Amino acid sequence: MTEAGTVPVIETRGLTKRYRGGQLAVDGLDLAVPGGSVFGFLGPNGSGKTTTIRMLMGLIDPTSGTASVLGRPMPDAARTVLPQVGALIEGPALYGFLSGRDNLVRFDCADPTADPRTRGARVGDALERVGLAAAAGKKARAYSLGMKQRLGLAAALLRPRRLLVLDEPTNGLDPQGMREIRALIRELAAEGTTVFLSSHLLDEIEQVCTHAAVMARGRLITQGPVADLAAGSLGRLAVTTPDAADAARVLKEHGITGITLDGDRVRADAPAGTVELADLNAALVHGGIRVRSFGVERASLEDAFVALTGEGFDVAG
Amino acid sequence: MSQAELAPAGTTTARLGPLWTLGILRSELTTTLRRWRTLALLGVLAAVPVLIGIAVRIETADGSPAGPGGGGAGPAFLSQVTNNGLFLVFASLAAVLPVFLPMAVGVIAGDSVAGEAGAGTLRYLLVAPAGRTRLLLAKYAATLVFCLIATLVVAASALAVGALLFPVDDLTTISGTRISFGEGLLRAVLVAVAVAASLIGFAALGLFVSTLTNSGIAAMAATVGVLITVQILDAIPQLSGISPYLFSHYWLSFSDLLREPFYWDEVLKNLELQALYAAVFGSAAWARFTAKDITA
Repeated sequence: MTEAGTVPVIETRGLTKRYRGGQLAVDGLDLAVPGGSVFGFLGPNGSGKTTTIRMLMGLIDPTSGTASVLGRPMPDAARTVLPQVGALIEGPALYGFLSGRDNLVRFDCADPTADPRTRGARVGDALERVGLAAAAGKKARAYSLGMKQRLGLAAALLRPRRLLVLDEPTNGLDPQGMREIRALIRELAAEGTTVFLSSHLLDEIEQVCTHAAVMARGRLITQGPVADLAAGSLGRLAVTTPDAADAARVLKEHGITGITLDGDRVRADAPAGTVELADLNAALVHGGIRVRSFGVERASLEDAFVALTGEGFDVAG
Repeated sequence: MSQAELAPAGTTTARLGPLWTLGILRSELTTTLRRWRTLALLGVLAAVPVLIGIAVRIETADGSPAGPGGGGAGPAFLSQVTNNGLFLVFASLAAVLPVFLPMAVGVIAGDSVAGEAGAGTLRYLLVAPAGRTRLLLAKYAATLVFCLIATLVVAASALAVGALLFPVDDLTTISGTRISFGEGLLRAVLVAVAVAASLIGFAALGLFVSTLTNSGIAAMAATVGVLITVQILDAIPQLSGISPYLFSHYWLSFSDLLREPFYWDEVLKNLELQALYAAVFGSAAWARFTAKDITA
């Protein structure tokens, strides 16, 4: 287990995809997803996340570069690798004229290594796991978007998997459904399954992921443990005081940058780690400033993201 | 090192039985046959013999022979239906073979890959992983089985209607000899198989068209369009030079199986031509599908 944690479950080297129109969708991607992690794959729409996932799953041939999944090259080793990988790519796709159960049977039949003798039981378990057992006999076309999403997840869980690739798994789910799916992801991760989770919901990544990578315009901007990424962008120092102007002056004297005033709130870039925050507070009080509250607001992944991409979370142009 | 560590612990990936492709073929077939569209197509095909049978029955109610001017000009075998209901099988197959039957096959073949791509289910089959060659083979095989089912549906419907509306008896072959009803039935089955085999090439063509697009409707329309174009080309006398190479050229050769003894020449030519089409368009479909980026 500890050994496996050091070996990347997904590794790409210079992975590049240029579509026939000349559009560069993914540009020299070097991704390393550690075994046992819940890996968040972040990026605005159009940043190349889905193209990357399709290359990892052998659906698209890379223009150059290599990708390996579970230590084997893709797409060459697709036949041995993919049975151990469950995937939800760009939303669920179902046969509307088949029941939920028959949809799963169909996808399981497609896997030549799936044992037909255990098929019924495995399909039942997967439906149970995503909370669809009661609606298993209904035609899939009558499913709501959330139910379709769950059925797509069930298809990814038909067999015990070593890697789950989930593209926007909570899309279309209500808040209760989102919580259930996140709990399911944590549960699977606890069983030792590596989860590769793409999402544009930053708080979702923050809640469930141990590691994350950020993409923008086809390039990888950063990757690493979530805690490191958030720490990379320093938080904001926030002081609430009736003597805001004086406080700003004192902070400036102590070399604090990025000071903004807003009524009785003074905000500034958090000082580097070498500065003891308590000393700063003492300096303020010594200067006769009445401090109502003092502290550093932790940087969220969103701050980190904006700092890294230098842009909002919009569609790349 | 990493390979050894990450190799599958059990036998989950090593267990590829010799029947590795049968599960997916059965799945293809049941999925195809459970669509309303497929059932509707088969329903239309089954209705053709009923219509022909009733029309002939009404027209000959006054004792006049079937077909305009006592036969010859009408569809093949029509004039003999009143004498023997078994001939409704041959008349019906001759009636559906130029258009209805290949159209149904074109819908199934054209939609086979493109329809799944359009619905997005193709990507889930491929990451299952179905394997591209295996999936394509299963889809082609399922289409061929559909050809046979469709032909048998027409034949069975015609046999039932023929037996209901007309006398059923020993029959006279085209060569003029008489064979027993039992042997006539055997001939009917043989003819149905020959008709189904006539569609092998066209099914491969439809499958190839299906790998070219992500729209099932476009693939179906294109496949049926090719069918109509080829039928027109085959009918233009000035183009007789190319007509022996058109997949529909020998379609009606099945009537030679009603001679005594069998006249195999054109039937075999038909099979050769179908095999050629299957080889050419099957390879083209394979080359296209195995190299294709699945972006839908």
